[in-house]
Amino acid sequence: MKTKLTAVCAVAVALFSAGALLLTGQEIRGTITQGERPSIAVPDFRGSGDAQRVMNTFNETLWNELANSGVLSMRAKSMYSIDVPQQPSDFRPPTTSPPLRRGEAPRTVRNGPWLTDWSGPPVSAAYLAFGYTAVQGGRLVLFGWLYNVAQPDPASAQVIGKLYFGSVDNEGAKNVAREFAADILRQFGAQSLAGTKIYFVSDRTGYKEIWSMDYDGSNQQQLTNYKSTSSMPAVSPDGSLFAFTTYAQGNPKIMVYSAQTRKRLPFYNPVSSMVATPEFTADGHILFSAAIDRWAQICIANGDGSQMRRISNVHAIEVSPRVNPKTGRDILFISGRSGGQQLWRMAMEGTDLERLTSGEGDVANPSWNPNGQTIAFAWTRGYEPGNFNIFIMDIAKREPIQLTQNSGRNENPWWAPDGNHLVFSSKRGSTTQIYTMLADGTNVQRLTTQGNNTQPVWAKGIN
Amino acid sequence: MRMNTRTLSAAVFAAVLLVSVAGCKKKAPAPAPPPPAPPPKVEEPPKPPAVRIDSFTAEPRSIERGQSATLRWSVANATDISIDQNVGAVQANGTRQVFPSDSTTYTLAATGPGGTDSRSVTVDVSSPPPPPPPKAPPPKISGAEMLGREAQDAYFDYDKSDIREDARQVLTRDADLLKRIFAGDPNFTVVIEGHCDERGSAEYNLGLGDRRATAAKDFLVQLGVPSDRLKTISYGKERPVCTEANEECYQRNRRAHLSPGQ
Repeated sequence: MKTKLTAVCAVAVALFSAGALLLTGQEIRGTITQGERPSIAVPDFRGSGDAQRVMNTFNETLWNELANSGVLSMRAKSMYSIDVPQQPSDFRPPTTSPPLRRGEAPRTVRNGPWLTDWSGPPVSAAYLAFGYTAVQGGRLVLFGWLYNVAQPDPASAQVIGKLYFGSVDNEGAKNVAREFAADILRQFGAQSLAGTKIYFVSDRTGYKEIWSMDYDGSNQQQLTNYKSTSSMPAVSPDGSLFAFTTYAQGNPKIMVYSAQTRKRLPFYNPVSSMVATPEFTADGHILFSAAIDRWAQICIANGDGSQMRRISNVHAIEVSPRVNPKTGRDILFISGRSGGQQLWRMAMEGTDLERLTSGEGDVANPSWNPNGQTIAFAWTRGYEPGNFNIFIMDIAKREPIQLTQNSGRNENPWWAPDGNHLVFSSKRGSTTQIYTMLADGTNVQRLTTQGNNTQPVWAKGIN
Repeated sequence: MRMNTRTLSAAVFAAVLLVSVAGCKKKAPAPAPPPPAPPPKVEEPPKPPAVRIDSFTAEPRSIERGQSATLRWSVANATDISIDQNVGAVQANGTRQVFPSDSTTYTLAATGPGGTDSRSVTVDVSSPPPPPPPKAPPPKISGAEMLGREAQDAYFDYDKSDIREDARQVLTRDADLLKRIFAGDPNFTVVIEGHCDERGSAEYNLGLGDRRATAAKDFLVQLGVPSDRLKTISYGKERPVCTEANEECYQRNRRAHLSPGQ
């Protein structure tokens, strides 16, 4: 009797635990898509004539752009009908024939590709992207369509029907695929990451310098060459400026650069043994941490460093100010004012202080989701000091969700401009590298390999 | 008139004498005159004592060029005593330091009523070996060297910038050292570096290292080290002295370190 009771209790606990886990998983997903992800089928496109040579690049790029967005559920290609439409006129509605034997249901006769090939099992997609490419007038032209295959006929199914132009090479194929993907993603309220930049710190030259790369790890470029220690990059909301902390002139100081010209702009550092962790506000100010009156404190100044003003005033170390991109009114920062290193929030004036983390462990690297509502940070909660993991949290709900675990030291999360992705650094072997993932912790992709690569900042690109 | 008398006496005496002689000759031998009276007994004047040189030495007998020897003498019964080689007249007993540049024979000559005497002594002079090269001045230890050799790191607890008891002792010794160095080199400055272990975030550690350097500086200044000779810099966790993931290494990295200024 007693044994039986114990067993029942155990089952109950197990069920309860499973329920809790499920709930957490849904919350995470909800953070990303606010609901079930729409499903899409993306069969390989073909090119006519010379265009076929670049179609591997095209198809790979289109698939990855859509798959990595995190907003779509990609239907596996192995399920697709072999009768793939290439243009709207390829669709042939099925016809109905009388049954061969009396008493049977009428037969459906297939006449060619049809919407139900994609909406029905085994594909069961809500959307279909299709089209083809050709070379016209020396240019690569993509004829791209997006159909809502739940609709009864092609005319009402069409969501996108558009021409895209690029050069007749792999680069052109990549570009038209990205543009088409961006249009598709926009239909689902998602933003393409094409054109965005990730700034980061790399020591691959033997010195920590500021680098940038495309959102997928391509096009890695060295931006500074001080042969010192330059780190902690920040990028202005419009992508036109970047700043960082450097020992190039002795004590840690901030330097500001034009992202366009990659030339240094004037920034007057306050007289202090330490000026670090810059952050741009949307209205052209720069926030930073400077040692004032013996403690690192949060300060704000004009874009050139003039009219510096201290925001916090406490005998505690305070670094990493991050201004809410939506409101421009409140600042996340790391403070030791309650002991340890915890995440705090305050108004621009230094008022309305509140601690956002529980006081456990050490917290670092706050980052705002572009929605101004969700944040990400690194936290050692539940682990020994130094064992950081990536957490996200709805700032109203205050329920932190851990995205990484048992996979090395994970730090410096930064929200992508699409609000669905995070870039972060992780030491999963002997070196620290930069990874991206969806905001539910899935689809982890490594972007860097050479040297140690840390402190990524995901920013709008400049045109 | 008086002269006349004398002349007369002489003549008489001569005549008498002549007669006497003539008479002897002419006559039979006359009785022998009495022997002359013995001269009146007078004491012979005493013979003056002989000059005597009791000693004349040189000490030492052989020297190296540039060194000195001492002549020492003792003379008796002499009125004039001199030594050649430009030493000149000397007293009966004495010493004289001489600095011959080559082997030299000194002759002491003594003269007195009892005669003269002389004696010689030779001082051998050898060429000294070439002088040793001038001694290098005692090596002047630079402030940077002293600092590197003697200054000790002050250690801190995790995420703390308080000066621990062991750090107080270390910094007290460092303060004495700094005062000595600054006294010897008025231009010397020192940079206090603040460092952290690898566990905190890079950003926070920059602030923590700054805090540790400042705390160490404040302590040194309280002990009388001039604050205008001390600068601070935080290296956060950028310059670890070790990279092992254990507490021993973490502790070595949580430090304030003194290094020479620019």
